[in-house]
Amino acid sequence: MVISNATALAGLTRTELLEMHYKMALMRRFEEKSAEEYTRGKIGGFMHLYIGQEAVGVGCITTLRPSDKILCSYREHGHALAKGMEPGAVMAELFGKITGCSKGKGGSMHMWSNELGILGGNGIVAAQMPIAAGVALAAQYLGEDSVTACFFGDGAVDEGAFHESLNLASIWKLPVVYVCENNQYSMGMAVHKAWAIDSLLPRAAAYNMPGEQIDGMDVISVYESMKRAVEHARSGQGPTLLEIKTYRFRGHSMTDPSYYRTREEEHQWRTTRDPIGIFEKKLLDHGLVTQAEFDNNDTRAIQVSEDAAEFADNSPDPSPEELYTDVMVDNSTALTYRYERK
Amino acid sequence: MRTITYRDALREAIREEMLRDERVFILGEDIAGYGGTYAVTKGLFEEFGEKRVRDTPLAEEVITGAAIGAALGGLRPILELMTINFSLLATDLIVNSAAKLHYMFGGQPQLPLVIRTPGGGGAQRGAQHSQMFESWYAHIPGLKVVMPGTPYDVKGMFKSAVRDPDPVLFIEHELLYNVKGEVPDEDVEYTVPLNLAEVKRPGREVTIITFSRMLHLSLQAADDLSKEGIEAEVIDLRSIRPIDIDLIVDSVKKTNRVVIAEEGWKYYGTGQGLAALIYEHAFDHMDAPIQHVTGADVPMPYSKALERAALPRKSDIIEAVKAIVPAALVRG
Repeated sequence: MVISNATALAGLTRTELLEMHYKMALMRRFEEKSAEEYTRGKIGGFMHLYIGQEAVGVGCITTLRPSDKILCSYREHGHALAKGMEPGAVMAELFGKITGCSKGKGGSMHMWSNELGILGGNGIVAAQMPIAAGVALAAQYLGEDSVTACFFGDGAVDEGAFHESLNLASIWKLPVVYVCENNQYSMGMAVHKAWAIDSLLPRAAAYNMPGEQIDGMDVISVYESMKRAVEHARSGQGPTLLEIKTYRFRGHSMTDPSYYRTREEEHQWRTTRDPIGIFEKKLLDHGLVTQAEFDNNDTRAIQVSEDAAEFADNSPDPSPEELYTDVMVDNSTALTYRYERK
Repeated sequence: MRTITYRDALREAIREEMLRDERVFILGEDIAGYGGTYAVTKGLFEEFGEKRVRDTPLAEEVITGAAIGAALGGLRPILELMTINFSLLATDLIVNSAAKLHYMFGGQPQLPLVIRTPGGGGAQRGAQHSQMFESWYAHIPGLKVVMPGTPYDVKGMFKSAVRDPDPVLFIEHELLYNVKGEVPDEDVEYTVPLNLAEVKRPGREVTIITFSRMLHLSLQAADDLSKEGIEAEVIDLRSIRPIDIDLIVDSVKKTNRVVIAEEGWKYYGTGQGLAALIYEHAFDHMDAPIQHVTGADVPMPYSKALERAALPRKSDIIEAVKAIVPAALVRG
């Protein structure tokens, strides 16, 4: 079967659609591999998996240019991969190895690359939101046309920083898109118990910015909404608040037995609302790709994840000297370095 | 040399850095139209405009985060937090982000950020507006915390802070703004490093270690003591983190006695940390226990009479010195 590569769906070419599919598959397989390595004790501390939310990261980040910036929360392995980070550098960071993207000093919540515009996950809920406003301010100040995308969960909406950030972004018309990944639980707190109102649209209106509510299991819907928001920001019209409704298929973290929701509810989402399955069906229905191409993507994603884990496992730990580097840019001005290492 | 106020010296430093580097801008509450709560930024809005002198909402968390983000984005922000008491609303961003990003991300991000904020008591501003929090911030690896006490130092250190690649908490004292001192003429460019203490008055019998407003009381105390035959060496820390322990140890080797004079509370603070460092590095040179002059261990009262009693006085420093300088050492 020969399929044209002309614009096929939502202004995306077949090649682009297949790449989106690959990235979703990679996120899924990478996280499954991470879970396996965590269980083996190769990964420590906290680890929060992105499984179930792949359409959000891929749909949003596909709209961005390389010069655009992303800031995230935890559950950011997927965002880093979507923005172009080497899977080995992400996995090595999870393993705490020197080859990790943050030299093993950050861990699961802290992926960074200046070159790729990946400005970290922040481990404090909503703390990335004020910082994202500042990153966007810098672009506006310098006359650059880059856009900042800030990802956060439904729990961040309950923090004061959420409100302060939307207000500042609005009054200064900052080129930032605030993306709420509403996966319906902030740890175990159901969003309908935590929010005084069941939608972010009135909150967007309250801060005088466009808002959209999106089915986060449909990567094309996510892509189209994010594209509008990014163009709005890039053209100098200011911020947008997106509420993307999704569901995490695993617990909050690796140690969460999910007492706060039913197995039936989880089963229902996994079997009927899987974002990868929904995307595959849509592409097949449009006659754009073949099942074999999906299978190829999946096989590749599994292999890349395996390779990433092997790379991480074979990488060295940071040397003991690394303990005292990077405290300050000029480390001779760090107190510990001065008095204990002298 | 000219004689100008601490406030004017600081404003000159801000202005000169903004003229030197387009990436330098200042943001804060009421810094533009109002001219600054303590009039430090007066006239800057008129000169530089709203892009570079930005009034913000009363929202310490987001403006601190925005300053961090702007630094990450290639600018060199100066953030004015109206007082250090309000910095507590931004403590998460300062401690969990500003101090951590460089290390946590393996040295990749740099944060050339200055947070200016005044603290201290003495103006009857009551319990929530008279505090010293440098100890809290100086506890945190990843931050620099400086507290210049003179017009000369405030100008020179502010310029260094703006040019520094790391986040600097620049703590002023609201009773210092009108203090006058000698500062080089406007066309003379100078900076003062962020990591060095300075002997503000040489002496023999005792070392008084102090900073910020207490520097001035310590110098007055040293003048009085001199008339009684005691020459006190006064060291101005200037920087709380990093701390210049080398200069302190050199002085202690000479005087063998230390009085620490600070305005903040006694327990678990800057002075106690410093005392521990001195015992660690110079115990063999000590002839007497370290004396510690501090503010009273209470929330600051409003009443003028009570506030006066809560703040350390010149006479407290003199008494502390006399408690450890034996009569035999006093040169009549």
